[in-house]
Amino acid sequence: MADRIKKSVGLYIHYVSIHVRSVMEYKTSFWLTVMGQFFMSFNVFLGIFFLFQRFHQVEGFTYQEVLLCYGIVLMEFSLAEMYARGFGEFPGMVRRGEFDRVLVRPRSAVLQVLGSKFELSRIGRMFQAVVMFFYGVFKSGVEWNFLKILTVLFMLLGGMAVFTGLFWILASLSFFTLEGLEFMNVFTHGASEYGKYPIGIYGNKILLFTTFVIPYALVQYYPLLYLLGRRTHWIYMAAPLLALLFLVPCGVLWRFGVKHYTSSGS
Amino acid sequence: MKKYLSFFRLRFIMGLQYRAAALAGIITQFAWGFLEIMVFRAFYQTNPYDFPMDFSAAVSYIWMQQAFLAFFATWQMETEIFDSIRDGNIAYELCRPIGIYHMWFSRNMAQRMSRGALRCFPILIVAVFLPRPFRLEPPASFGHFVLFLVTLFLGLAVTVASCMLVYAVTFFIISPLGVRMVFTSAADFLSGAVIPLPFLPAKIQYVIELLPFASMQNVPLRVYSGSMSMGEMEKAVFLQIFWLIFLVFLGQILFKIAERRVAVQGG
Repeated sequence: MADRIKKSVGLYIHYVSIHVRSVMEYKTSFWLTVMGQFFMSFNVFLGIFFLFQRFHQVEGFTYQEVLLCYGIVLMEFSLAEMYARGFGEFPGMVRRGEFDRVLVRPRSAVLQVLGSKFELSRIGRMFQAVVMFFYGVFKSGVEWNFLKILTVLFMLLGGMAVFTGLFWILASLSFFTLEGLEFMNVFTHGASEYGKYPIGIYGNKILLFTTFVIPYALVQYYPLLYLLGRRTHWIYMAAPLLALLFLVPCGVLWRFGVKHYTSSGS
Repeated sequence: MKKYLSFFRLRFIMGLQYRAAALAGIITQFAWGFLEIMVFRAFYQTNPYDFPMDFSAAVSYIWMQQAFLAFFATWQMETEIFDSIRDGNIAYELCRPIGIYHMWFSRNMAQRMSRGALRCFPILIVAVFLPRPFRLEPPASFGHFVLFLVTLFLGLAVTVASCMLVYAVTFFIISPLGVRMVFTSAADFLSGAVIPLPFLPAKIQYVIELLPFASMQNVPLRVYSGSMSMGEMEKAVFLQIFWLIFLVFLGQILFKIAERRVAVQGG
């Protein structure tokens, strides 16, 4: 077992190194894409900046607190997009009939699909996320202690799990239909875009939905309240760990899809 | 003129074919519009005095923006055109006895209009019947509505004319990625796609409104929602016409130069 895991990790690292080396062949194009990624989320930042210039706070959250929140969400999303892009582009793989090849190889299909793409250019967004995060860390007036640092780590872990799960669902759905899958953008890009504000500001219905259906609130809103000292119960801190359970139904859907798979032929 | 109209028709019909993508797009834009309204509502509830327009005007702005997204989304350029310049298929286009600028212009107009036509009505119809604070209200007057249609068309034309400049630049540099990116992100913010321009500080808003980007979605959406005074509207329409003429003129010159010195790629 340990041996198999070691081999899988080795193989994944090999995949990643291939992707990194191949984008580095086209350095200009790579750095331009990185810049593009940066500009895209920089516009979102400008929007937040100017709204706070005018209104100073939103539902009791200050500019610094919102940046802390957005920084964390954007980090989670850009990391997930970096390594789980293979799921995101899986519909294309099914369409071209390439999944057959994956199935005949003696390695896990998930590993190979994840390894099929590694989007290094997301470091453009990552950079902005890190800057906003540290600005938030120092300026939001949070009194940092061990438990709060742990909470941030939980948030990152849980958030990456939720976004990975969503990309995984997108990949699994492509076993059944290849049309109209763009609606999944609402949950992936939509969440990263609108996750810039604490979810509580969107009202109760959205908060309920994001607590029990797609657990964004578990990785964003509740632990954020803990960080900012608005709640002190330990459950707010541990909420992101609960979100890890989201991967279970995603995995079940994937397995069901693989069983269901019929090749597109050729 | 007839040949350009037929290019227009061809693209228009082609665009209507992608119905599943349109449905997915409609759902996405709904969710987007709804969340955007919730954001502005949260700010409005926190501090209604600093809100630069009526709340219902902001709601109309957002719904109209989502409904006509395909008209103004500068990131939706035709990849076919970039590809044809890069891989040399442009040679076939140049052989045709028609002006390439006009052909691409009409193609782009058609593509955006067909996408918009497929997507706008479901969004508009549902948005009109939503409960009160989220409802898309009718325009301030019939005059506003007519002016909205005029400025919508002008805004679309300005958008296409600016995209034409990006295509033109591609003739001179092979990888348009950088230019395209800077253009898209600048246009996104400066046209009021990220937040409506009245939410910016007054001085910044004043300068931005003079730029061609503000002649894109900013004008029709604000005319519809009634957040512009009579004088502002006159100025805005004048600027739209000015920028349209200027951009088309500039684009044609660039295309002329490009066609003269074009090096066809590939074999």
